[in-house]
Amino acid sequence: MSSLVRVRLPAQLRILAGVGPEVVLEVNGPVTQRLVLGALEQQYPLLVGTIRDRNTAKRRPFIRFFSGEADLSNEAPDSLLPEAVARGAEMFVVVGAMAGG
Amino acid sequence: MSAVRLLVGTRKGAFVLTSDGSRQSWQVEGPHFAGWEIYHLKGSPADPQRLYASQSSGWFGQLVQRSDDGGNTWAPVGSDFTYQGEAGTHPWYDGTLRPWEFTRIWHLEPSLDDPATVYAGAQDAALFRSTDSGQTWQEMVGLRGHPTAPSWQPGAGGLCLHTIIIGPDDPSRMFVAISAAGVFRSVDAGETWRPANHGLSSEGVLPDPDADVGHCVHRIALHPSRPDVLFMQKHWDVMRSDDAGNFWYDVGEGLPSDFGFCIDVHAHEPETVYVVPITSDSLHYPPEGKLRVYRSRTGGHEWEPLTNGLPQQNCYVNVYRDAMAVDSLDPCGVYFGTTGGQVYASADAGDSWAAVVRDLPAVLSVEAQTLP
Repeated sequence: MSSLVRVRLPAQLRILAGVGPEVVLEVNGPVTQRLVLGALEQQYPLLVGTIRDRNTAKRRPFIRFFSGEADLSNEAPDSLLPEAVARGAEMFVVVGAMAGG
Repeated sequence: MSAVRLLVGTRKGAFVLTSDGSRQSWQVEGPHFAGWEIYHLKGSPADPQRLYASQSSGWFGQLVQRSDDGGNTWAPVGSDFTYQGEAGTHPWYDGTLRPWEFTRIWHLEPSLDDPATVYAGAQDAALFRSTDSGQTWQEMVGLRGHPTAPSWQPGAGGLCLHTIIIGPDDPSRMFVAISAAGVFRSVDAGETWRPANHGLSSEGVLPDPDADVGHCVHRIALHPSRPDVLFMQKHWDVMRSDDAGNFWYDVGEGLPSDFGFCIDVHAHEPETVYVVPITSDSLHYPPEGKLRVYRSRTGGHEWEPLTNGLPQQNCYVNVYRDAMAVDSLDPCGVYFGTTGGQVYASADAGDSWAAVVRDLPAVLSVEAQTLP
């Protein structure tokens, strides 16, 4: 089973990866944060380490994950993302949190 | 005609400033990597078009960029700075033990003779090396494996390895400086290290002021023609060693403050040294609001203020440890950047100064390349 998931990156990472405001990823298996980020890093290896720690795979402290109007940042990495994300109706949004200047 | 290229790292990007040999008129390019902290950029002495840049962010972590055309274009290279073996612990500010954790690269030091080899100084303190132009990095484990490493404590800016010196006459001899552990010296190309802090005293900072390690060394510098003579700006104290760090002695007499961050040596006069005195560890701005470079032409035994062209009232900027550089033209050019975003240049060895640019983000580092 594969899904096409839409992801929006913060501006700095769009520049780094050379992508526009939205990327579409093919996710094979259940649509979880872990698999979405894995697909993202596989497609754009320059992003390894920028969203989650390259060794522990933990979310970097100033990164947030939103979808719709929900903050998914503290959901378990293997929890299913909302069904609307899985079917591409909503974007999985990677956000640089408000912190510092 | 010769030219000078300044590589300026700031809180919000990198800038490349160029001038012909007169050093009177400058072109400013940037920001490169806008919005990212650029702790340091440096060119390869073996290939001046080969530049390395440390790009980091509290949000997105560490990247390393490389340019092969003098900074016109850049491409990200490897940024996996994984500590080797057991991470181990060191004391945190509150006295608890904290695992070694990578935060950023403070300093990049290209090899003197191989453009593909470059060293990187990390926070938490560790030394990495790449021999494939930055694609992959390996920790040089002998440093963090030193028996004193579990006692190294962070300075206010973190436990950072911020200075790397490769012996100009013997690349197997290297020096690094760590805040707040001190100077370490290797005589086997970085395989093993020994502290080189005898003579340093940190009264009121360390319970044992003369301890072998624990000193907050801010910067060390040497002249290529005299590799045994080292100069140091410590947290407090300006120091000198005449025997490659076996023993240090104080040469700060005559300065309005011997606190500061940067220190550098004239390109052609090994006894001419520059510092920028800062008021104190709690007041990170120049004494009396006067931005003065102090120059010693006697290896630190007498100092003279250099003020021509520098603000002499209401100036409350800082000059960080990696933010001073010299070129190798004659007369020697001297450069420094401030937390206020100014980059000052002197084309006459410090006698007079002018701001090359005034309103950059806070300057973290300045390197000068002298080009044919």
